[in-house]
Formats: sequence, structure tokens, C-alpha cells
Amino acid sequence: MSELLTRTTLVRTLKQTVRILVMLATTFLGLLLITFLIGRVVPIDPVLAVVGDKASPQVYENARIAMGLDLPLWKQFLIYIGNVVTGDFGTSVLTANPVIDDILRVFPATFELAVTATVIGIVLGIPLGIFSAVKQGSFWDHVMRVIGLFGHSLPIFWLGLMGLMFFYVRLDLLPGPGRVDIFYEGIVTPVTGFLMIDSILAGEWEIFRNAVYHLILPASLLGYYSMAYLLRMTRSFMIEQLRQEYILTARVKGVKEWNVIWGHALGNCAIPLITVIALSFGTLLEGSVLTETVFAWPGLGLYLTNSLLNADMNAVLGSTIVVGAIFLGVNLFSDFLYKVVDPRAR
Amino acid sequence: MRTLFLFVFALSLLVIQTAQASTPKDILVMAFNIDEIISLDPAGIFEFASAEYAANAYDRLINYNVDNVSAIYPGIAESWEISDDGLTYTFKIRNGVSFASGNKLSADDVVFSLRRVVLLDKSPAFILTQFGFTPENVKKTITKVDDYTVKIIVDQAYAPSFFLYCLTSTAGSVVDKKEVMAHEKDGDLGHGWLKTGYAGSGPYTLRTWKASEIIILDANKNYWGDAPQLKRVIIRHIVGSASQRMLLEKGDVDMARNLTADDLKSLESNKDIKIQKRAKGRIYYLGLNQKNKYLKIPEVRQALKYLIDYKGMEQSILRGKATLHQAFLPEGFLGALEETPFSLDIEKAKALLKKAGFENGFTVNMDTRSAEPVTSMALSIQSTFAKAGIKVEIIPGDGKQTLTKYRARRHDIYIGDWGPDYMDPHTNADTFARNPDNSNDAKFKPLAWRNAWDIPEMTRKTDAAVLERDTAKRAQMYLDLQREHQRVSPFVVMFQDIEVVAERANVKNFILGPSFDSNFYQYTTK
Repeated sequence: MSELLTRTTLVRTLKQTVRILVMLATTFLGLLLITFLIGRVVPIDPVLAVVGDKASPQVYENARIAMGLDLPLWKQFLIYIGNVVTGDFGTSVLTANPVIDDILRVFPATFELAVTATVIGIVLGIPLGIFSAVKQGSFWDHVMRVIGLFGHSLPIFWLGLMGLMFFYVRLDLLPGPGRVDIFYEGIVTPVTGFLMIDSILAGEWEIFRNAVYHLILPASLLGYYSMAYLLRMTRSFMIEQLRQEYILTARVKGVKEWNVIWGHALGNCAIPLITVIALSFGTLLEGSVLTETVFAWPGLGLYLTNSLLNADMNAVLGSTIVVGAIFLGVNLFSDFLYKVVDPRAR
Repeated sequence: MRTLFLFVFALSLLVIQTAQASTPKDILVMAFNIDEIISLDPAGIFEFASAEYAANAYDRLINYNVDNVSAIYPGIAESWEISDDGLTYTFKIRNGVSFASGNKLSADDVVFSLRRVVLLDKSPAFILTQFGFTPENVKKTITKVDDYTVKIIVDQAYAPSFFLYCLTSTAGSVVDKKEVMAHEKDGDLGHGWLKTGYAGSGPYTLRTWKASEIIILDANKNYWGDAPQLKRVIIRHIVGSASQRMLLEKGDVDMARNLTADDLKSLESNKDIKIQKRAKGRIYYLGLNQKNKYLKIPEVRQALKYLIDYKGMEQSILRGKATLHQAFLPEGFLGALEETPFSLDIEKAKALLKKAGFENGFTVNMDTRSAEPVTSMALSIQSTFAKAGIKVEIIPGDGKQTLTKYRARRHDIYIGDWGPDYMDPHTNADTFARNPDNSNDAKFKPLAWRNAWDIPEMTRKTDAAVLERDTAKRAQMYLDLQREHQRVSPFVVMFQDIEVVAERANVKNFILGPSFDSNFYQYTTK
């Protein structure tokens, strides 16, 4: 950081920024083109979704023209880009609201879930990964690897259903699907969209408790997958670091083992770990479609599923673009962090 | 680290108590697949679940008795008179009704509501426009005589019950003119707002609606009739039968509306759950496209009707969820034909195929929606067709996909279902036995058109039946029509749907009517 900002570095930074922006724009345009084309080639009639099954041909035709589907494809695409850039993803057939409003409405539910799951993932995954790396080849290492492997290979919806069967149906410890018990629905007026915060704001402690309660199972489930992923990654980064010469040097110098691991080695894993955490958070944000479906969790994933099942193309494309944009953003952010944390990357 | 542990521990203490597994006494909670709802405007409602909503949130001009469909009784219309020439209907409007908004209901609202259906021209508009109403003539044909009298002029002397039954449908709902017009945008008659809003006078009012998520209804304090028993009804969108069953068994919901035959069977022994059943107007059928070179041959059509294991499907796949039915009018309708001449008879089918010159069978596609029970039915049909050498290629797709193809007449065989739009027999005769123009760009595209079945003679008979004002004679006409239809049509009608509702034992008086828009919550108690 202490290096002087000379003209050359300034120019270089500018050039880099421009390059990144150009790359972003082209990636985003590609995303738009692909989603647009998918929307046009699926053998689903979007007009039918609007007018229903028994509409007269006249009604059908009017709707087709109103939706701009009679224009040539390139024109439709240009209109589409123009709309998306201004945040207009069209109107959802299902909800009759602008898609962007819908996404803003359902997003907090997903965010709530993703943040909780990421916290669980970090708090458990990283220490266990380190532990596993340090004890490489031991019995405990094998246990950790099995845990990590399950999180890589077990279908999440199956585990979700099992979780419900066990904790909700059999043991009665945790509540069933949804964000709150159904009869609590509609009592708290959404202010932030985050039910926990909203229920506190409304002074509805019963509902807050109920909401926390409902979050445990889906968040733990997603947290487990996040944990398994971080565990695997941390383990391999750490093993990589522990083989390095500087670790040997530190040990020879008599640095405490604890400091060697948590200080030297982990410090050097921090950078790739940040990227991995950011990416896993992005994955969780995309709504973990299956989890939300299993738990009837009204977030972006469930919204996307419902839209797909109902041929609500505007909503499908809108959500897809939002998810794509989140991914791009997360990637960019972790690149940026990389540069801040690692002087070599500047 | 330690503080974090303490925090998590404290939080766990806060929430670990056993879950409360019952719903409040004055709230009815229902698990129901409601993702088909795209509009809450009665002038645009055309799906099963939204029609049920309208039945509970809006009043209609006329109602019918759910246990005796042929008995109609006054709703918002207190009484009516029909002129001798059968063209003019005069309705006396009930005085003393208020909308949920507090506005008083009068002839203005009735005239506005009916005209609005015609002017908006959404999916259900045909229910009224078939009587000759057009956006241009509604000012003359649907008029206010005084504050509590409405006069309606139809274009032909139809059977009176035909017109009156159409007014018992969702299209006959009365909306609050003042409230709706207060939200008008660009001359849309308030449709944009009412799609997600509410302007009715029914026993329940809309409190919350989130598409594919939840509907919350509150008791209408201004309701003019018997006050609703429960203060709130919550309908939660739950897709899978397994999830619905789980919630019901745990007592988190009072009712499950979409359970499969398997799930219902496993509930039979549960004392806390009771099952309500009612035959509905929906029928399951195959449509055989007459553009297909094999299917257009009469003997082949006939043979296929003998190649279906009706009994087997009724007892296994559909166990308790549908009943054998082979005519286009569902049981409960005027003139419904109860005869079931077809059963699985492979020898007979083979002989018919031989006569047609297809001794070795042929290959044909069947567009199949990926949803139960349709998928299982398709598999059963595939296996029995194969016994006579007919190879069926099942083409799976979602509902919108298969329907898109069907509407474009690009299918060979379509397996589907059809629900009547109103309680008069014409509703199904109009679509199964009437095809005024079979050309590709026809104005009307009923099911007969979709299967490219050109029937000028049968179309004439169908038109005559709707003008017959003698009810007994009219019923006979429909019986004859269905017998002929059964024999020659490219429709293989197989089953009539039975709606099954599983509810907690303490739920009483949930009224399950003969139609999807005659399920009522008004008298339900817990």
C-alpha cells in the first residue's frame, strides 16, 4: 500500500478497471442473449400462460401483440436489453406484479437462509478442515473426509425430506415446512422483508420465536453442504501449506504448533478461502432451488421453481438474470478482496 | 469463540420447546395446490382454485342447490321473470346488501359487472357472449330499469335454464362498481387492480394474496346473509401430496386438498382424519386427432375404446379419485348418460383393426402431461394398446407444453381432462359435439375442432338442444346425442373425477359441491 502512485500505476489500474468492466459487460450480454434465446425456443406458449386454456382466438391474438411477440426476433431482443438495463423484467403472469418487485419481495427469505447457512459453514467447516489437515491420514481425518464426501454426493432434497421426517414428524422437535406456522402468516406486515427483523419491529415475539424455529432445519441443511464444501477446500489448502518450507522453518525455530497452524499456514490459506466462501455464498443465494421447494420456503429458489412450472417466462428469465448478476458480482468482489489481501496480485 | 458458543447455546434454549401442533380454533388452515391462479378478477377467473375463491368472496346473481343441481335459488337477484318470447329476462335485485367496502349494492353494480365481463373479453367472457352480447351492444342488451331492477335481452329464445345456469357461474359475480372504478387505469375497467385486489360482498373478504404462496380470507363483517362461522381462512400453497399429508397428520393444517390415492389409503386408519368425497364435473378423456391417417378410420377409433383397462385403472391408479364414466356429460348434469358400453376386450379390438386393414397395428404418439394421475394412466393405456399391436410413444411435457401442441392440432393422441364451465349441459356439448368450422383459422376452436373432427350434422343437433325449452325433451336430446357421440366420436371418455378432501376430525360443514366453484367455507366450524 505504501508504494507511490506514479502515473504508470495509475494508467495500469485504469486499464485494468476498463478491462474488467468490458469483460463484465460482455459476460452479462452473453447471459442476456442465452436467457432470451432459451425463452424463445422452449416449446411453451407464453401467450397461453397469460390468457389461459379456453380463451378465444381473438383474445389470444390481442395478447400476443400486446406482448410484442409478433415483432422480428432481433427487435424483440433489443427491446429486451433496453428493458433489462432499466431494471424492467416485464410483468409476471403468475403474480401480475412487475418481476423486479417480486424478486425484491422474495429475496430476503433466501438471503436470511443463505447468511445463516454460510455462518454455520464457516464456523464449522474451516476449523474441521484445519483439524483434518493437521491429522492427515488419521482416523479422524477419514471421518472428516466422509462427512465432506456426503455433503458432496447426497442429494439435498432427500436429506431435507429425511430431516423433516425425523425432526418434525417423528420427534416433534422442529416445525414443518414454511417460514412460520401457517396460522401466523399475514400477521406481520413486511417492512424489511426479513421476517426475524420484521417480527421484532412489530413486537410479535411469538412469531419471532416461531420464525427462528422454522429456520433451524433448512439453514442447518444448507449449512451442512456449505460446511462440507469449506471443509474439503480448507483441508486441501492447508495440506498444501503445511508441506511448504516456511512451515518447517517455523517449527525448527520453535514457534508453537498452534501459531504455526492458525497463524502462518492459515494466513496463507486466507486468500483462496475468501474466494471459496464468496462463491459458496453465491451458490446459496441462488435460492438452493431444491431446499426451498422441500421446505416450502418462499424465497428466490421457490419463486424460480414456480415460475418454471407455470411457464411464467418473464419471471424465469428475470430470476435467472438476477442469479447470474449475483454470481458475476460475487466473483468480482472476491477478485477485489484478493487484490486487497494479497500484495502479489496487484 | 467462547462468547459465540454461549450465544448459540442461549438461542437454542430460547427455541427448544415442543412445537405447538394445532391451529387456532377460529382459523381454518388449508394445504392446497394453488399455483394455477393467475387472476382474482371474477371477469377473468378461469381456473379451479380461483373459481373456488370467487365462490366464497363474491356473491352471484343466482345460486343452485349443491345437493340438487336442478334447483336454483336467488342470490343477489331476488326473483326473475322471463318474457313469453323467451328473449327478455327481468331481475329484481336484493335490497339491503352492502359490499365489504361499505358501499350499497344496487342495479348499477349488477349491470356494470355483467357488462364488464363482456367488455374485458377475458377467458370466461364466452359464458355471457354466447347469448349475443357484444362490447357494442351491451348498452342496449344489459340495462338498468330502476335502482333494483335489471333487464337483459338475449339474441335467441334459449332454454331458460341455460341462461340462468350461466349466471350461477363466476361470470355472474357482482363487483363493487365504485371501488373498482376508483382503481381504473387507461380504461381497463379496474382489471389491472382487481387481478390482485378485492371488491366483493361475499361471506369472506380477501386479506392477503401472494401468488403460488398463500391466500388469506377474513370473515366479512358486512355480510348480508348467515354470518361466516370462522374469522379467518388461510390457504397455503403446498405442492406435493406427501408434504400436504405430513402437515395434516401433524395438525399444522386442518385440510389437505391434493392427496394422491396412495396417501389417502394410508390415512384410512387414522382416527384423527376424515375423508370427504364428491363427484366433480371434470372428466378424463383421450382426444384422437383426425388428421392422423390411422386415427381417422372409424374402426380404429372404435377399437381403441375396447383397448383400455377402465376397471383396472379405476381400482388401482385412480382408487377412489375417479369413477368410470364414458359420456361427455358428467353425472349430475341434466341428460347425463350413465351407460358404459366399453370395457377391455382385446379380441374385439383386434377384429376391428383387422377390418380396418391394420392387423399388425401401427405406431402413434401420445402427448402426456407429467402429472399424476395422467402419467400412470398413459402407461396403462400404452400397455393395453400394445396387446393389439399398437405401439404408443409417450411424449411427456408439462401442462403448458402439451396444451400448446394440442391447441395447434399437432398431436396424435392427447390424454387430458375437461371441466365444465357452468352447470348446464350445453357447456360440454358445445365443446365435445360442436364444431361449426373445421378450417385451420376457425373463429371457434372447441375440443372437436382441436381433434379436427368435422361434424356439421351433430353441430346442428347440439344447437337445437340448447333452444329446446321443454326440459324433459331437452334431456332426451342430450341422451341421444351422447349415445351417438359414444359410438362414433374421436373422444374416448374414461372417467369422472372425484374430489377428495382430507380433514381433521374436528372440522365440520366444509361444503363440497358438485362443481369446482361450489365448495363453500361459510358454514365451516372447528
